[in-house]
Amino acid sequence: MSPALPLTAAPTGPSADARDAVARLRRAGRRRLTLATAGLAALLVGLVLLRVTWGTYQVTVPDLVRILGGEVIPGASFIVLESKLPRAVAAMLSGAALGAAGALYRRTLRNPLASPDILGVTSGAAAGVVLLLAVTAGQAGGSTDLARAGAALAGGAAAAAAVFLAARSIGGERFVVAGIAVSAAGQAVVAGTMLSLAQHDLQSATVWIAGSLNGVTWGRIGLMAAALAVLLPLGAALHAALAPADVGPDLAHALGARPGPTGAAALAVGAALAAAATAAVGPLAFVALLATPLARGIAGGRPSLPVAALTGAVLVVLADVVAAEAVGLLAGGAALPTGVLTGAAGAPLMLWLLLRQGAVRAGARPA
Amino acid sequence: MTTTTPAPTPGADPAGLRLRGVELGYGPASAPPVVGPMDLDLPAGRVTAVIGANACGKSTLLRGLTRQLPLRAGSIDVLDRDAAALSARAYARTVALLPQHPVAPEGMTVAQLVERGRNPHRGLLGGRAPGDDDAVASALERADLLGLADRDVSTLSGGQRQRAWLALVLAQATPVVLLDEPTSYLDLNHQVELLDLVRGLPDPTGRAPRATVVAVLHELSLAARVADHMVALAGGRVAAAGTPAEVLVPEVLATVFGLDADVVPDPLLGHPVVLPRGAGDRGAREGAA
Repeated sequence: MSPALPLTAAPTGPSADARDAVARLRRAGRRRLTLATAGLAALLVGLVLLRVTWGTYQVTVPDLVRILGGEVIPGASFIVLESKLPRAVAAMLSGAALGAAGALYRRTLRNPLASPDILGVTSGAAAGVVLLLAVTAGQAGGSTDLARAGAALAGGAAAAAAVFLAARSIGGERFVVAGIAVSAAGQAVVAGTMLSLAQHDLQSATVWIAGSLNGVTWGRIGLMAAALAVLLPLGAALHAALAPADVGPDLAHALGARPGPTGAAALAVGAALAAAATAAVGPLAFVALLATPLARGIAGGRPSLPVAALTGAVLVVLADVVAAEAVGLLAGGAALPTGVLTGAAGAPLMLWLLLRQGAVRAGARPA
Repeated sequence: MTTTTPAPTPGADPAGLRLRGVELGYGPASAPPVVGPMDLDLPAGRVTAVIGANACGKSTLLRGLTRQLPLRAGSIDVLDRDAAALSARAYARTVALLPQHPVAPEGMTVAQLVERGRNPHRGLLGGRAPGDDDAVASALERADLLGLADRDVSTLSGGQRQRAWLALVLAQATPVVLLDEPTSYLDLNHQVELLDLVRGLPDPTGRAPRATVVAVLHELSLAARVADHMVALAGGRVAAAGTPAEVLVPEVLATVFGLDADVVPDPLLGHPVVLPRGAGDRGAREGAA
């Protein structure tokens, strides 16, 4: 009665060739990841060094070492410790936060447009900060760094919650559309509130809204560093736990993962990271969106949160070097807010990524 | 027989999956169940084909078997262990699923995709587990994908891609494998190739010569070719269960699909082959006679 089909014999294990081939491929992938991480880290150190030593005011490396060692060099010490170094550190930390946030959004939502800056978190955080500025305007001392960070976190969380409530689920087109709508609403709140600000506050708010490292203080940097010390390891763990979700929710579930709760936690951590960066340096356009695909390219297709964070850090430090020093020094223009540069460079890069995405989609057959 | 396993003797087989009073559904508990209440035994170490018309509860049943959809009532025993007592990861080391529409991530190689199947064998942070390379290599070899291991998944043909998904499930190394319409979108030759691969799946735990396979299949004659055991569903209930020759009979086909059909044995392999009859077919023959 049984159809006489040939049956494969019981398992005997893979051939030595197959095992070697698989091990070779895995080692090659790992090597690529290690190289990408090391290369980006070296590039980041070089850029930070360039940012601190080079520019309208130059500092030699021996002088920098002496200043960091605690020696006081009149003029140079002040410029390095109160302007150049805090900017470089803020650029590095905010870039890392945005890069990691983008990687968490991208992996959870599996959509090339999924990033906290497109989906409303960044503009929600900005709206929180601008509202705080409006409320505290004219008060002695104005807003503290802690209040500003709290306002950014509350705004970002409110935006993320609004997106989740409107979409009623994590992922899919609805989530992206809801995010874009919330983002627009956040920008409307920012624009409307700015109109009510007094002349003095308006000036600083305008620069901050463009995404600027100008006004960054060690206090804000300390807060951001403390947030990152908790959020980055947590984000890395969630990012790794979401690996099975890359193949869709049904299969992820069958692989023993819980893509729903893990994804919600990943989005919450990503939103907090983006809000922490926004509180410190304002909404830097496109960094979170761009860092992930660039990092994937650098790491040979392997999604990796550390590589995305390093890519984000390199992007922001590089943008700050160009916007604050190179434009003024080489092209004779005025220094730009860093966010203007990330936006100007990010828009064409994003279009290119979308076109490439379309080409891949068109080339792929239906599964 | 060229088989290395004894001929299946349904009835004497131990149950791979044992369902008792199982009810599955969506929405509020007051809504009528999509599946059940259902008692069902699926034999261990055998291929069971689940057939039925669209919306008869086939996919819902599979979602219940993977525990993606919680049971409203009843219990499921997998290889004589209560499914509810197993953790998510332990369950994923026992039961694998190839869903109907898996998502092919961009920029991933075949080897990386297949490696995802190792997830339930790893720690929470996804560090490598011993045996990963062996399992991935075996899966690639069995699916005949070793030569394509470093290719981007999005560049594969439909048949190759479906073999890659099956290799992922193989790398999961589970004694129970569930397949939801694995042959959709494939050319006939690739359907046969894939189903023969499914029929030869070994039990990686070594408990039995072959894995316990449950496959939802559309093509009745192909299902009869691959299956040792067959279950026909209608309206969320079991309409018939048994060998393909017992289930694929005109009366069951009429009940389950509302289909008028003749059934003849395959001249070479002996399994039943369904010959569907349209509304005018019999009348035309009688008119001509």
